[in-house]
Amino acid sequence: MFKKILIANRGEIALRIQRACREMGIKSVVVYSEADREAKYVKLADEAVCIGPAPSAQSYLNMPAIIATAEVTDAEAIHPGYGFLAENADFAERVEKSGFTFIGPSPESIRLMGDKVSAKQSMIRSGVPCVPGSEGALTDDPKTIVQAARAIGYPVIIKASGGGGGRGMRVVHTEAALLHAVQTTRSEAGAAFGNSSVYMEKFLQNPRHVEIQVLADQHRNAVWLGERDCSMQRRHQKIIEEAPAPGIARRIIERIGDRCAAACKKIGYRGAGTFEFLFENGEFYFIEMNTRIQVEHPVTELVTGIDIVQMQIRVAAGEKLPFTQRQIQMRGHAIECRVNAEDPYKFTPSPGRITMWHPPGGPGVRVDSHAYTNYTVPPNYDSMIGKIIVHGDTRDQALARMRTALSEMVVEGIQTNIALHRELMVDAKFIEGGTNIHYLESWLEHRKR
Amino acid sequence: MDLRKLKTLIDLVSESNITELEITEAEGKVRIVKAGPQLPAGTPMMMMAPHTAAAPVAMASAAAAPAAAPAEPEQTGHIVKSPMVGTFYRSSSPGAKALVEVGQAVKEGESICIIEAMKIMNEIEADKSGTVVRVMAENGTAVEFGQPLFVIE
Repeated sequence: MFKKILIANRGEIALRIQRACREMGIKSVVVYSEADREAKYVKLADEAVCIGPAPSAQSYLNMPAIIATAEVTDAEAIHPGYGFLAENADFAERVEKSGFTFIGPSPESIRLMGDKVSAKQSMIRSGVPCVPGSEGALTDDPKTIVQAARAIGYPVIIKASGGGGGRGMRVVHTEAALLHAVQTTRSEAGAAFGNSSVYMEKFLQNPRHVEIQVLADQHRNAVWLGERDCSMQRRHQKIIEEAPAPGIARRIIERIGDRCAAACKKIGYRGAGTFEFLFENGEFYFIEMNTRIQVEHPVTELVTGIDIVQMQIRVAAGEKLPFTQRQIQMRGHAIECRVNAEDPYKFTPSPGRITMWHPPGGPGVRVDSHAYTNYTVPPNYDSMIGKIIVHGDTRDQALARMRTALSEMVVEGIQTNIALHRELMVDAKFIEGGTNIHYLESWLEHRKR
Repeated sequence: MDLRKLKTLIDLVSESNITELEITEAEGKVRIVKAGPQLPAGTPMMMMAPHTAAAPVAMASAAAAPAAAPAEPEQTGHIVKSPMVGTFYRSSSPGAKALVEVGQAVKEGESICIIEAMKIMNEIEADKSGTVVRVMAENGTAVEFGQPLFVIE
């Protein structure tokens, strides 16, 4: 087992990883930018090293600084968290070449899943159902583009191969708009991702976002840890997540879960990962795989009782998974609300000093946050400052616990989206369950009027 | 507790005319007392951790939060801060002469030390012309971004 791990991230996930290390008796080194000097996990760290000024490019995305820190502190492994360099195959490679263990999948797996076209092709080969589409990148030939769209059926969506996470996409409803849309998406992709390759898929009108958490070790064992429903999104950003997905028959989930675990074995995946699907009319359609720990991992942890971050560390250290698929049980229901430092309805960011931070508690309530009273939220990074996660024996109990938790939570000095979460927790359709990925945005539209 | 920072404080007290230094932070406080040739009987001495510090010091403290600057006489002069993470070396190779010594005049742009990271020796240049009055980092130790290296006046 590692004696020392470097945490190459910030915010709540850095604290999460630090906690996992501490519990396992592993020393941890935290890197921080000048803007994060006062973060709780920096103050609590065994060792903390300033790696650069506030801008991410010079700090959390600064590969040499991070690897140099591992060198001077004699860390053995690096945990990249999520975002930043977590899915950067070059970083994973450089970490390994420098003699450290990258806590995550191999650079090859990251590359395979980072390119959305190759990811899809790999999934098709592994028997994971995909959204009907162009079966590869689009060529420049207008005839084949038009034919592909006709075969798929409108509406279609043009996606950047180098994109993902909701970026670099355009929906096309009519043939007249098709070629221009492809061209525009190409140029945007070239500018944003340095890769102008695009592909086409059927655009699903009312899908839900359901994802499968997987875990694989270096001894060819791979399991799936249940599903999560992350349909409550605004501009492709998840706001609320839950496990299990309400109203989907278990055997359908089991079938897709088994396919995902099998795909992991086939591609030699190791570590934690998530297969993201659109679910419509009883069918699953693969959209992308995330080769990292995800923000919403706590809902899976609460329903399975498995510590996913610790499992990432164990797998990276060469341990075998301590459970078989059959031993994994999902119990009860968990819901997570992401707390963002922003205006709850205008969504303008609200960084600044938190003059009062009072988190909720009680049975079945978990708060993952690095914030505290008098902590200043820096303006340089994304607005998520914490997550409230609840667990109940039933979905209704989980909802009731979340309502109670939200009613207790106090954050003063900055704005947060807690008021929005309070409204959503009493929304009739959300309470019913099974709302699709467009629901929250149309709810917000209606609220404006 | 950040031992590196603590060591820097100990060295500063050691090298200066201060006899007693106390810093209080949110996390706790550190008090460093420079012992004379003889300590009065019954003086509490608690060693927090083995140190290679030459001067005898007594410490009574809880964890010290990383102190941005010790409370010593106002430091005049320009502080050259580390632009990167790595291992600080005074000379360009082991056994060679230090690139600069205290009292030496340096020009802006002149190499004053080496910081090694990922097997690459990076020459760090003076960002101001003047005289080196103080070396603030120890040869062969790890430095972080923004850590004081030299004082130039």
